[in-house]
Amino acid sequence: MSIVSERVGNPATPPKATSDTVFAGRAPKQANMGQILRWLILFLGGLLMVAPIAYMISTSLKWPHEIYNVKLIPDEPHLENYTYVLEDGRFYLWFLNSIIIALITTVCNLFFDSLVGYTLCKFRFPGRYIVFIAILSTLMIPTEMLVIPWYMMSQAFGWLDSYWGIMFPGLMTAFGTFLMKQFFESVPDDFLEAARIDGLNEFQIWWKVAMPLVKPALAALAIFVFLGNWTAFLWPLIVTNSVEMYTVPVGLSSFGDEVDVAWELIATGAAISTLPTLIVFLIFQRFIIRGVVMAGLKG
Amino acid sequence: MANLSLKKLTKAYGKTEVLHGIDLDIADGEFVVFVGPSGCGKSTSLRMIAGLEEITSGEVWIGDRMVNNMEPKDRDIAMVFQNYAIYPHMTVRRNIAFGLWTSSMSKADKNKRIEEVARILDMSDLLDRKPSQLSGGQRQRVAIGRAMVRHPAVFLFDEPLSNLDAQLRTQMRLEIKKLHQRVGNTIIFVTHDQVEAMTLADRIVIMKDGHIQQVGTPQEVFYKPANTFVAKFIGAPSMNLLQATSDDQGVRLLNGQKIMTGPRPGTDRNILLGVRPDDLSFDGGVPLVSGKISVCEPLGSEMLIYVNSSEGEIVAKVSSQSDAQVGDEVRLGASVDALHLFDGQSGAALDR
Repeated sequence: MSIVSERVGNPATPPKATSDTVFAGRAPKQANMGQILRWLILFLGGLLMVAPIAYMISTSLKWPHEIYNVKLIPDEPHLENYTYVLEDGRFYLWFLNSIIIALITTVCNLFFDSLVGYTLCKFRFPGRYIVFIAILSTLMIPTEMLVIPWYMMSQAFGWLDSYWGIMFPGLMTAFGTFLMKQFFESVPDDFLEAARIDGLNEFQIWWKVAMPLVKPALAALAIFVFLGNWTAFLWPLIVTNSVEMYTVPVGLSSFGDEVDVAWELIATGAAISTLPTLIVFLIFQRFIIRGVVMAGLKG
Repeated sequence: MANLSLKKLTKAYGKTEVLHGIDLDIADGEFVVFVGPSGCGKSTSLRMIAGLEEITSGEVWIGDRMVNNMEPKDRDIAMVFQNYAIYPHMTVRRNIAFGLWTSSMSKADKNKRIEEVARILDMSDLLDRKPSQLSGGQRQRVAIGRAMVRHPAVFLFDEPLSNLDAQLRTQMRLEIKKLHQRVGNTIIFVTHDQVEAMTLADRIVIMKDGHIQQVGTPQEVFYKPANTFVAKFIGAPSMNLLQATSDDQGVRLLNGQKIMTGPRPGTDRNILLGVRPDDLSFDGGVPLVSGKISVCEPLGSEMLIYVNSSEGEIVAKVSSQSDAQVGDEVRLGASVDALHLFDGQSGAALDR
């Protein structure tokens, strides 16, 4: 049989009997059991992911006296918590703060991380490896250790209780640099050299040729950075003093008083604040999926 | 268009020198092919001409300008890469337009130039497609289009056909040859495929280990190879080399059989006797080797036979009408005029 006819096959010809089809009587049952097991594992995994979100939404629909009742469906569901949170002008301010901080940080990370990642990946200069290792090694220092130096620095520069103060530690990350460097490895040098011959300068080559080729990585980085900043709690809590500068997570923690925590309001605020993260994910997920598909095709 | 000169061009990576003082003059409008095995320095030379690789020492002249310290964009060259290097996120039109990045032409003129190139390369209907929607041959044409649109003085091709299948390679080879006849630019083409080199080149530059072995027309390098490397590298299958001795009586094979009479230059030494498979026949000229056929490879109108002889394995190209079969004892000979003589030590060609 020629290669072509093997590849194309003949739809009119019934398939030949193979060992699989000979024992066809038992095969489907085994497949079904395997499939059921797979579905069960997926279901349990899904449940683990969804349960906290469902409980958060459930709590947001409860009265204060029901909070410690673990029932998923409240006895008297109501939207009073939403009305309270949305009528409280502070929430909009925190939401806006979070949006501004997460967006600026995301844009800065996409720009700086990919610029540094590209430079470390595509240029040969003395000390390149040392710089890369130095950047990577910062990943080993926990945030808790850095908070005090950051605070002292913010105080010295007068950045306390400001957007700049909240944002500056995260405008560029070692993780993002590492991620982008690894992705730029997959961009063939020929593309860059072709552009160099065409007359683009090094910045234009990075921006017009290399960056569009790593869109899936940029999408992934955008999601990581946005979510990381949207949910950041410790540093914004420390660096902000005034209620007007709070971000959503810090603001939510302020619901309640010294003796009691208003969990129903916190859950309500958290439920509302998940919306932007969902939107970010919906926007960028298609790039990630497309990236995976493209990588598969090029194999 | 312009002529191009390489003067004592060297390239070293650290202490390792990979290109050892290349001297070459290429005339305006000439199609020159650099050919050689992997690592011979052919691509490095091309990249140094393009400005993509730093020059360790020596000079590169394009026209009347020494371009050693010029940026690639200022050298008036265009390059076609092995893997096309056409940008996957841009349409064919934008890819070709990228070649005009530094041009100060108006948009209308640029479009006119792009359409002219598309017409020459027969891809006018592909201009709005993305590279992923093109076949390998079409992608290669886009890459050539991007180079052509700049009207460069010199075209540089870095193994542009290696990624294509055999049929498409033959077709594109023909297209490149026609293109050169039409536009007449100076072209430097790098390949490791000697068939590509023979079919395309006005002159072939054969390289090995960072040295030029021979520069000549396809006929010269085939019929008058400068040394055993060129003799073996050019021509498929390779030239057979038989050990022989030369003295004032003539040339003898190791078994004592006299092949040529009369004194040869540099007598009393070991030499190598070269004979191309095409020149060997069962009944022709001076008998050279005899032995048993180990393999027969039919090629259509011709057949390759491999003969195990006391001189080693010898390959001959005979007519497919021949009734030679594996296991047959045969005697092969060749005309004295078809024999090549090489020095036994240096491998350099000797006068006959």
